[in-house]
Parts: sequence; structure tokens; C-alpha cells
Amino acid sequence: MSGTITLTQGLNQAIDEAMAADDTVFCLGEDVAAKQGGGVFKITSGLTEKYGENRIRATPISETAIVGAAVGAALAGHRPICEIMLMNFVGVCMDQIVNHAAKLRFMSGGQTNVPMVLRTTTGVGVGFGGQHSDMLEAWFAHVAGLKIVTASNAADAKGLMRSAIECNDPVIFIENVISYGLTSDDPGKDHRVPLGKAAITREGTDCSIITYGRTVLDALEVAGTLEEEGISVEIVDLRTIAPYDEETVLASVRKTGRAVTLHEAVKPYGTGAEISAKIHEELFNELKAPVQRVGGSFSPVPFVALEQDWIPSKSELADAVRTAVNWKK
Amino acid sequence: MTDQSIDRDKLLDIYTRTTKVNRTDERFRELLMQGKIAVMYYCVRGQEVVSASAMAALNDDDYVVCTYRGQGEQTAKGVPMEAYWAECLGKATGTCKGKGGTMHITHPETGVMVTTGVVGSGLPIANGLAMASQNSGDGKVTIVTFGDGAANIGGFHEAMNMAQLYKLPIVFVCINNRYGEHTAYADHTDSENIASRAEGYGMRSAHVDGTYVEQVYPAIQEAVDRARAGEGPTLVEAMCYRMQGHFFGSDFSYMPPEHIEEMNAEDCMPKLRNYMLEAQFTEAELDAIIADVDGQLDVAVQAALDAPFPDASELRKDVFEEEIAA
Repeated sequence: MSGTITLTQGLNQAIDEAMAADDTVFCLGEDVAAKQGGGVFKITSGLTEKYGENRIRATPISETAIVGAAVGAALAGHRPICEIMLMNFVGVCMDQIVNHAAKLRFMSGGQTNVPMVLRTTTGVGVGFGGQHSDMLEAWFAHVAGLKIVTASNAADAKGLMRSAIECNDPVIFIENVISYGLTSDDPGKDHRVPLGKAAITREGTDCSIITYGRTVLDALEVAGTLEEEGISVEIVDLRTIAPYDEETVLASVRKTGRAVTLHEAVKPYGTGAEISAKIHEELFNELKAPVQRVGGSFSPVPFVALEQDWIPSKSELADAVRTAVNWKK
Repeated sequence: MTDQSIDRDKLLDIYTRTTKVNRTDERFRELLMQGKIAVMYYCVRGQEVVSASAMAALNDDDYVVCTYRGQGEQTAKGVPMEAYWAECLGKATGTCKGKGGTMHITHPETGVMVTTGVVGSGLPIANGLAMASQNSGDGKVTIVTFGDGAANIGGFHEAMNMAQLYKLPIVFVCINNRYGEHTAYADHTDSENIASRAEGYGMRSAHVDGTYVEQVYPAIQEAVDRARAGEGPTLVEAMCYRMQGHFFGSDFSYMPPEHIEEMNAEDCMPKLRNYMLEAQFTEAELDAIIADVDGQLDVAVQAALDAPFPDASELRKDVFEEEIAA
């Protein structure tokens, strides 16, 4: 354990270590093998050489066949990691995810299960426009039977990926294009971060920001700014978006009495709405202010000129915290 | 594909499986008609020989993926009758604890891995089962069944291309019953048959009359043997008839009289019976098989009717590995 790793390295190491430990772990997706350069974002780089083309399967551009194959292999007791290159492409294979991966354990009365990981990347801020940038976690959070995971740093990415591979249920693992270069201290071999456990990224007493993925860094920056104004912010990084760690979220808000939800995904009907509703249901009498929500603009993601207007800004986040802290009942 | 291509033991095996499928279908319709049960059921009358032949071509531990009209494959593959009926009646003793129902019969012990309610969705999943077999070298073959209607959905094409690309140990069995829901074949597809599509993927294919055991069984057995030998997939299209509506009780007045006349004339059941008699099986032997199956059905149906419904707490189980807190 020395030095640092990037988020890309963290994911690559987690997959590599899982494949070395378990022969049933294999990857499939577009461009993932050595011949194609180890994936568009190099997550599977170097693995074909070690594990062969059956276990790093480069596929045709056939998302339904990719996810379907992952479902089927998982039913047979294997642990496939399939890649849907960009999250918007889930639109062409939702049936396999929603009607099959998510439901087969339940519909079979527990006779079968689907231990697969669906890796996918997305994110606003790199100029990909309307069909390559959406954060669609709320679509999946609305379906019983799926776990949804995302990492805000390289060490967590490694640990969460390993836990996702070892999970006996389907996991949607969301990566963010502009987070791949983030670095962490090397957490070492066989690092695991349990699913369903949030992290308190920063402790504070006046207001909780509940967020996940890329926007955790925004929250940290805003917390620093607000500290200068005398506002103490606590940050809860969900890590598992669904089913999320209610206990940690509620404990944090019980302490601070105020909460702001933050995500890059559009605000209406977002995961922040669910978390806000839960906080109101459980802690209504203890809240010092209504829960504030910050999220992306309710429009398709625009091309470069308007991207920063679309994305939830740090000033918007700071204002939401100030609104909560200054709330007069 | 001569008479000699099916040995007597295999023929008797296929007849027994066919009888199970046919008598289960008859029993289902009888109970529904009498109002003794009230569940969705997709009749398989007219397809029995295809399903029985396909399942007779597999080993016990081979995989099958079928559709909501999958009673034939499920029964012929060997799903225990009591657990089958209990599931169809939504009972706690069913294969899926009463949580899957008629459209989602699953029984991994007999290789019935998925029954999908979505047309065409089984093919990509079947590829995955075959991929697991290819990766682990377990020697298993997967059969996926689907109708002519499924040949026009994207998943069919994606799965066919991928299976051939990787030479997966899989057999695609298109049970062409000439109707996709209420739409006749000629009104949903202009190509003469489905089997010819295989050529576009570089895949072997066979087009057979599924009402004749001597045509359909050898074709599927050859495809299974090739798949097991590592020679890749085959698309087998077996022509047959759906002799009832889309689901039990649904109108099928849209079928023209000449079609109904043709399907009655081409019924696979009397054809199989005649074939068995020509192969020197006796009426008494065959009747004894039917009587035995009917006896098993009596027991299974009664047990299912008497069985308890699942507890509401089941809603929190099997969503994830860990039970959801109340």
C-alpha cells in the first residue's frame, strides 16, 4: 500500500483481482478486448492478455444481446460484468435489465439469481450532448431488484466494484466520464467497500448534503466556502444509490436538522425527491427547515455552450444550504 | 430422415413426453371451462410434438429457455407435475412459491431456466447460458424456443448474430404456429420462412414440418449434437399450428375457415399415434401411457387445489438475496 491510483486503475484492479480469484468472472461489451484497445475508457486494459478472449469478450454493437447474455450466464452461476458503453444506450436494452435481470430471482421464487454487474459511464461536462450524458439512476431506482452504485473517488471505485462483482444480485455500476482521472491513496489488494453503506465524507453540524458520485467533490468545495460563513456542513456520500443507507442519512439529518439533496441527474422525480420524502416522513418534527433539492436542469443535456448552465452549480448548492440554515418557521 | 432414424426407446420417450404435454393442455382447458380454476393459460394444442421432440433431444441437465406458451417444453423437460400445477394455481408449493405463475415457470433442477412473458427476450438470455457452458466447458447445450412472431423483434437478430459469432452451444427452435398473437404469418412477415434468415448470420438452419415426429426430432437432435460437439448454433424452424386462441378463452374468429380446416387435418396427435402403431407399438401400450399420465394429473391437480397460497411476507423475499425489512 503505497502511492496513488486513478479511478480507472481502481476499476481495472478490482476486475483483475476478481477474475484472478474466481474463474466464473468474465467481461463482455463493445470494444473491451485487447484487439480493440481494452475499452473506450481502458477499464479492461491488459486483461485479455491475462484471461483470454472468452473471458474478455468483445461484442457486436448489440446491447440487448450483451445484457441478455450477462443475465443468462449469471443464471448459470457465472459472474458476468457487462459494459454498456454509455448510459443512454440502456434505452435499447431496458427489457433485459428491468423485466429480466431485476425480476428473475423473485419470479423464480428464489430458485435462480442474477449475479451480474452492468458497468456504464455517463456525465455532463465533456460536450457529449443530449444522448451521451444523462444520469439515469432514477429509472433503475424505481425497479425492485436492482442495486445501483457509483463512486466519488478512486479507492471507493475499486472497493465498490469488487463488492458489486461479488454481490448475488444485479448491480448497475455508474461511472462518470470526468471522474476517471481522480486519484486516491492506493487502498491495496482485495479492497472492498460494502454495498448499502454510505460514507460521511465530511462531518458538520448545521446542514447535511446528501449526494453521490461526481458531485461529492462539488459538495466538499461548497462546504469549505460555507465554513468561512460560519456554516458547518456534513456530507453524506451514498455510494449505493439504491437501496440506499437510510440509517446513515437519517442519523445525519437528525443531528443537523437540515438537509440538501444534490445530484447531477435532473431534479424532478430524481432520487433526491425520494430521499427528501423519506426524511420528511421520518423526521418532520425534528427538521429545522424543509429539505432542499438541487439537481440538473429539466431539459435534455445541451451541447458545450450551455452545459454549465444545465449542470447544478456550486453557487446553487451553496444557496440551497443557506436557505435551509436561514429558514424561519 | 427416415423411420429408422428414431430408435424405439427414443420414440416411446417422445410419445410419453408428447402425451404429458397434450393431456396437461386438455386438463388445463377442462378446468378452466368448468370454472374450477381462473388463471392465464396459453394453449399449446397443435405444438405438442415439437416441444416433446426438442426436449427429448436434450440431456436432463441441459438448459431450456421458453416463453409464456411454454407448457410443452416445461412438461416435456420434466418439471414435476405437482410443483407445475401448484405454480400455475399460484400456490406456495409451486416451483416458484406461487410468485411466478403460468408465464414464469422456472425449475433449474430440470434445466428450465427462464420462461419469459416478453416475446423474443429469451434468445439473448439463452445465449448467456450457452456462453457459461462454453467458458466452463461443462458440455451442456441450451435450447431456446420462440414463435414466428418473435422473429421480428430486435433481440432475435442480435442474439442470432452473437451466437454464430461465438459458435455458442445453442439451438434456436422457432415453433412456427403461423400466428403472432392475432396476426397471421403472412400479415407480419413477407419472407417465405424464418429459417432462411439464418443464412444472413452464417448460421445453419433446418425447416421441418413439426407435425411429423420423424421430421422434427431428427432435425433438432442433429442440431443439439452439433452444438455439443462445438460446431455452433442452428436455427430449426418447425411448422405447426396453434389450435386455440392466443390465450385460453380468447377469440380466434380471425382464423379463416380454410386455416382451421387445414390445422384440424394436420393435427400432430393422430399423426404421432399412427406413426407409433406403424412402428409396432400396440393400442394397449399407448393407452396405458395416456392412462398413467392422466392418473398423475389427477394427483397433481388435486394437490395443487388443496395447497395453501403464499404468505404476504413473500413480497419481501427474493427481491434481493437479503430479505427486505418489514
